[in-house]
Amino acid sequence: MPSDRKTGLRWSNWNLLLLVPLLMLITPWFNIDEPRLFGLPFFYWYQFAFVPLGVLCVGLVYVKTKDQPVVTGKPDKLGVDDLDEGAN
Amino acid sequence: MQWTELIVFSALFLLVTVMGFVAAKWQKGDTLEHLDEWGLGGRKFGSWITWFLVGGDLYTAYTFVAVPALMFGAGATGFFALPYTVILYPIVFLPLVRMWSVSRVHGYVTPADFVKGRYGSHWLALLIAITGIFATMPYIALQLVGLEAVLRSMGLNGSGILGHLPLFVAFVILAVYTYQSGLRAPALIAFVKDILIYVVILVAIVYLPSKFGGWGEIFNDADAKFKATPAPGDGILLNANNQLQYATLALGSALALFIYPHSLTGILASRGRNVIKRNMVALPAYSLVLGLLALLGYVAISAGTKPIVNQATGRPDTNTIVPELFGANFPSWFAGIAFAAIGIGALVPAAIMSIAAANLWTRNVYKEYLKKNATPAEEAKQAKLASLVVKFGAVAFIVFIDPQFSIDLQLIGGVIILQTLPAVAIALYTRWFHVWGLVAGWFAGMAYGMYLLYLIPSADGSRKHFGSSALSLEKLSLFGWNPFEGVKMTIYVGVPALMMNLIVAVVVTLIAKRAKVFNGTDQTDPSDYHVDEDSPRVKPVATH
Repeated sequence: MPSDRKTGLRWSNWNLLLLVPLLMLITPWFNIDEPRLFGLPFFYWYQFAFVPLGVLCVGLVYVKTKDQPVVTGKPDKLGVDDLDEGAN
Repeated sequence: MQWTELIVFSALFLLVTVMGFVAAKWQKGDTLEHLDEWGLGGRKFGSWITWFLVGGDLYTAYTFVAVPALMFGAGATGFFALPYTVILYPIVFLPLVRMWSVSRVHGYVTPADFVKGRYGSHWLALLIAITGIFATMPYIALQLVGLEAVLRSMGLNGSGILGHLPLFVAFVILAVYTYQSGLRAPALIAFVKDILIYVVILVAIVYLPSKFGGWGEIFNDADAKFKATPAPGDGILLNANNQLQYATLALGSALALFIYPHSLTGILASRGRNVIKRNMVALPAYSLVLGLLALLGYVAISAGTKPIVNQATGRPDTNTIVPELFGANFPSWFAGIAFAAIGIGALVPAAIMSIAAANLWTRNVYKEYLKKNATPAEEAKQAKLASLVVKFGAVAFIVFIDPQFSIDLQLIGGVIILQTLPAVAIALYTRWFHVWGLVAGWFAGMAYGMYLLYLIPSADGSRKHFGSSALSLEKLSLFGWNPFEGVKMTIYVGVPALMMNLIVAVVVTLIAKRAKVFNGTDQTDPSDYHVDEDSPRVKPVATH
């Protein structure tokens, strides 16, 4: 096996931004007609607004984690080797 | 017959045909006789090509005709396509780069290759491969539904077998250049397709609303139409019973999309991790287009568009709504461009899907069971033939069987492909699940999903089973026990099916670990999942 064996997962807190677009699944927040924008009911333009928001979140994560992969110091709780006791 | 449209359409179709054949020489590698080259375009596509390719792959002709048709027929529920394609990218952003890296180190071509490397089990890999092929086939057939909707709108609406002739001709041409050029053909054609789509949608979205009194008026017309119908589920807003369905369908579809083999084909063909990450940022441009396009379903209500009757089935085909709207409200030459955009939009995903299915067949069935010592050239030959079989199978589906059957199968396709999520996506992170747990989970999830789908009648009551993917919670039954008795809310079937899969997988894993059952050997190393294009550890392309 290669000597540069690292922990199986890398984590950066910026990754949490990836959860923000999921807020769009909470339909009671936007399932209403008024206020309208350019004639579009709230239901529609609210969801359209999530397109740039999603781009922003993913884009930020991309830029912020680009060159400096954050490797957690402690062995990851979900590390492949720890959980893999039956493998060999 | 609408000659102007037909001529513009044919000219553009001819253009992409020439491109499809020329593509074999585009960015050519040393040989086309290798799956890395034929099936993955040399694994070297940069950000732009990947953007067009994956965009052309995910946002298909069928989506472009079916989503507005759904809005036209049912209203707000059809708009799930927007949240689906927005939450998609944040969800897959991290797992996809891991999949790319591990595949690049070990030369995996299909998701089933990865599963085999990760668990050392060709049986589990076979399950994944078969699921992938079975889920992809009706998807290809649906592209034909999209293409045929346009052909019929242009007046090529013959009856009987002869009525399918134009479709057949278009598909033979597609099959031949895909056979010759592999993934490079759809990659090159995708440029034309996507540019045409963007032009058409932008023009449509600016011009059509002003013609029918603006968006406010259009939404009021749609509202009035839905209020006048007796159906309880339609309307320009969701109601108390279909909100859960809306959210779970968006989530389930997003989880499913990138475990479809054809989506992964586009990802594995890219050059490096940053190409994929940039695309996860840029691909939502298509989601915006899709959302705008969906609204054209309402424009069609205001415009009084009527779906044309498919002469082959004798029923009105709501998928012709968008082509009919364009045909009636644009000058003929521009309608021709719009039709070509949708028609070519069918060719790109159909080509990629058939390549993905052919790769699965070749790598995980042919090489695994039929000819273990196949050379790379033999693999490529086999995949090319398989791509032909897959495409003609799809044509036969449409010609000889009611297209409705493909639509039903596609519905089932999403539910069944979700059952590979634990083995393909969760395995990217952890090998906690035991191989037999994954196998048992697959069978349980598949059986439960099919059973639940069987319970669902269609909305109009014309069919008793496999009518939609929206399951009323009161029908959610566990061996005869209904935990949600009397609850009318609906949910996307994929979610309970996947839960059943995971629960069984966990239980069997715990038992198997307790009993110390052999869990296969893992070919991959934790560091494989972070390797990038400049690493010495990536496997050279098209060598063995």
